[in-house]
Amino acid sequence: MLDILNLEKQFGGIKAVDNVNLHVKENEIHAIIGPNGAGKTTLISQVAGELMPDAGQIRFMGRDITFMRPAQRARKGLARSFQITSVMLPMTLLENVSMAVQSRKGHSFRFWRAAANDRELIDEAVLALDAVGLSNRANRVAKEVSHGEHRQLEIAMAIAMEPRLLLLDEPMAGMGQEESRELVAVLNEIKKHKTILLIEHDMDAVFSLADQISVLVYGKIIATGGKDEIRANPEVQQAYLGES
Amino acid sequence: MNSYLPRTLSGIVYTGVIVVFALMPVFVQFSGQIFYLDIFSRIMILAIAALSLNLLIGYGGMISLGHAAFLGIGAYCVGIPVYYEIYNGWIHLALAIVACGVFALVTGAISLRTKGVYFIMITLAFAQMVYFTFVSLEEYGGDDGLVIELRSEFGSWLDLEDNIALYYTIFAVLLLSLFFVHRLVHARFGRVILGSKFNDRRMQSLGFETYRYRLVCYVISGILCGIAGLFLGNFTSFISPEMMDWTRSGELIFMVILGGTGVLFGPVVGAGVFILLEVWLPQIITFINGLGLGAKLPHELWHLIFGVTLIAVVLFGRGGIHGLLTRKKRP
Amino acid sequence: MDWNLFVIQFINGLQLGILLFLLASGLTLIFGIMDFINLAHGSFYMVGAYFCATLTFLTGSFVLAALIAVAGVFIVGVIVETTIVKRLYRSDHLDHVLVTFGLILVFDTLVQMIWGPEGMVIPLPAVLDGQFEVASLVFPSYRLLIIVSGLLVAAGLYLLVMKTRLGMLIRAGASNRDMVSALGVNINRLFMLVFALGAALAGLSGLLIAPITETNIGMGNGIIILAFVVIIIGGIGSIKGALYAALIIGLIDTMGRSYLDSLLKSFMSVQNAETAAPAISAMLIYILMAVILAVRPQGLFPPAGAA
Repeated sequence: MLDILNLEKQFGGIKAVDNVNLHVKENEIHAIIGPNGAGKTTLISQVAGELMPDAGQIRFMGRDITFMRPAQRARKGLARSFQITSVMLPMTLLENVSMAVQSRKGHSFRFWRAAANDRELIDEAVLALDAVGLSNRANRVAKEVSHGEHRQLEIAMAIAMEPRLLLLDEPMAGMGQEESRELVAVLNEIKKHKTILLIEHDMDAVFSLADQISVLVYGKIIATGGKDEIRANPEVQQAYLGES
Repeated sequence: MNSYLPRTLSGIVYTGVIVVFALMPVFVQFSGQIFYLDIFSRIMILAIAALSLNLLIGYGGMISLGHAAFLGIGAYCVGIPVYYEIYNGWIHLALAIVACGVFALVTGAISLRTKGVYFIMITLAFAQMVYFTFVSLEEYGGDDGLVIELRSEFGSWLDLEDNIALYYTIFAVLLLSLFFVHRLVHARFGRVILGSKFNDRRMQSLGFETYRYRLVCYVISGILCGIAGLFLGNFTSFISPEMMDWTRSGELIFMVILGGTGVLFGPVVGAGVFILLEVWLPQIITFINGLGLGAKLPHELWHLIFGVTLIAVVLFGRGGIHGLLTRKKRP
Repeated sequence: MDWNLFVIQFINGLQLGILLFLLASGLTLIFGIMDFINLAHGSFYMVGAYFCATLTFLTGSFVLAALIAVAGVFIVGVIVETTIVKRLYRSDHLDHVLVTFGLILVFDTLVQMIWGPEGMVIPLPAVLDGQFEVASLVFPSYRLLIIVSGLLVAAGLYLLVMKTRLGMLIRAGASNRDMVSALGVNINRLFMLVFALGAALAGLSGLLIAPITETNIGMGNGIIILAFVVIIIGGIGSIKGALYAALIIGLIDTMGRSYLDSLLKSFMSVQNAETAAPAISAMLIYILMAVILAVRPQGLFPPAGAA
């Protein structure tokens, strides 16, 4: 589904992403782990389209998306969630998710009918909120809800887009144990029908969710494989697992 | 709008304002204070212009310092045809829509590629360009301006030469504009515009090409302001490039802020307070000078008070007049 | 080819450029370092001219009046910064626009109340008012003086910015404001100095042009737009950019106005050329700005490290 081929990105003298090759198959959860500063953010930015690579290619469902704008990629089926919550704070949770639904439905050059009453948007938004456990908070303004609920909102917006690929950037960031466990349960449900590329630090979550794991250190992928392989890999242990 | 009866203070005030507008000509007939007809005509015209700017600033987060250009283009779309003895109002209207639409499309397409300070400056620069263009058009008066002898003719059923007929026409257009903007911001399109203001990056990652939506918003805003300009050209018999000077754009922004940004009725109230202050402050000064207290306040003082008020509103007045009306009572 | 005319227009272009530079340098610093939009910068230009007019009348010496006037505008800048501008550094640009717009009204009115609605004439001492002759080309000396003093100021600014500690802070601030305050520098003092310095430069610009144009109310409001165009083209925060852009714009504007209509006449009818020329020459600068923004939005010489 997603193929990252020989991707390179350099800043000044430093290679943030160094000849990265990564393949995400349909309906699998592929996690990327690595110590801070490994280049995960740079890699994700390039997959999402906010940064252009110096060399290499990104192919999504067979199509070359390397230089496509973020909005184009989203319309082709690539949904992302942000590591630092990025939502429309003055709007309600329902409105935020409705926006995602609206994007998928198209027809946004409508100038007359009130969107607040648009059942087409509301019904599906409620479904997405339900999936993450937020439907009872739907009418709260985003600015007023907790951090954990923000993370849930990020996921809801991503799935409301009914994407082919979910790009989740540290969805558990800043969450407590209890909340993380709940979110992992949500993601376990979602993964049954979706392909997910997951960046995470939380090892419990990663080992519970991921089918394949790639380890990124100093811009290079040093190992790719299933949970057991990775756990057993000595380089990985040294570079990363030893730290956490 | 859930109920049509206003229950909040702001709702009552805004309804009151509309009623005042509706009944002003009656008041004028009875009191003989004809100049109030003029003042309120002007208020309503500027309210439409400010409404269009609020769409950009308040809902769209696009701070344009060049909006007065549309007012001017609209006015000249009456002035120039009349100069050539074309009095048909429908032609004036079509011309205003096309001219402002094209200008907005071209300048918007360029300006919207920039953000923040650059956007403000480039809208300003484009407006100045228009200003200088009209100044250099000697044929239509240039710097000295243009006299418009006759008002637009829209058909035998509507005679705009009658000041009251003009007044109510403007009133009708104001109501229509309010309704139109209200529908627009609550529709899907409005949602996208608001969303882009709150978090453009997020909207793009959801799949919205926000640039396109903003451009359409910019064009709608420009055309609406051009229509206000058309009425300005009808209302005053003398137009000049000065109407498009960047300082006039500043005044429009001030009206939007004064009333409350991003609030539907804000610009109406803002335009009203602005113009009334402009009319009454000098009168108050003349009055004080005439009280025989030995006061000899210079007449320009009202301008100073105006400027200070502006500064004070921005520094201390959260949310403009709407903010004042909707402030929750402290326990 | 009338060489005398060409040279005179060239000099006029340079002169306009230097004046724009003096205005724009302060503006670009204030933007670059404090991220503050000052629409009222043209008011300092006006106040400088009026101060100089009155002082020339009082002291009888233009040069002395000029020096005191610049100091005076510096003080006005300090007052404005500490009372009003300082409160707005954290606000958004819209607030800056509105408050400084209000300031324009305040300054215009104050000036009118103090000096009256009529403009003031600044008489030049005979030694400056004459003409210069070189190789059968004649130029007015005063305009040369403007250029020379402007270049001296530019050189002084260069030394200040490149060679002194204050200048280093200014350069750092233009590229990365947070860094400077993280370094523990007294940000308030730095901002105040930068603002007042910018004001003084604007005042200098105003008083230099005043003997030619007379002072008048609101004289800064038109030229300030050109100054903004200069800093956009030059790159916000960059003094070097402001200098080059100002000179380019000064030359294009002046030469454009003189020669555009003859240029157009070579392929258009005389009547069309005469209508089109002033319109196009007025637009030239803005077209240039639009092109630069499209092709290189950070300006021609953005300060290093700026986005």
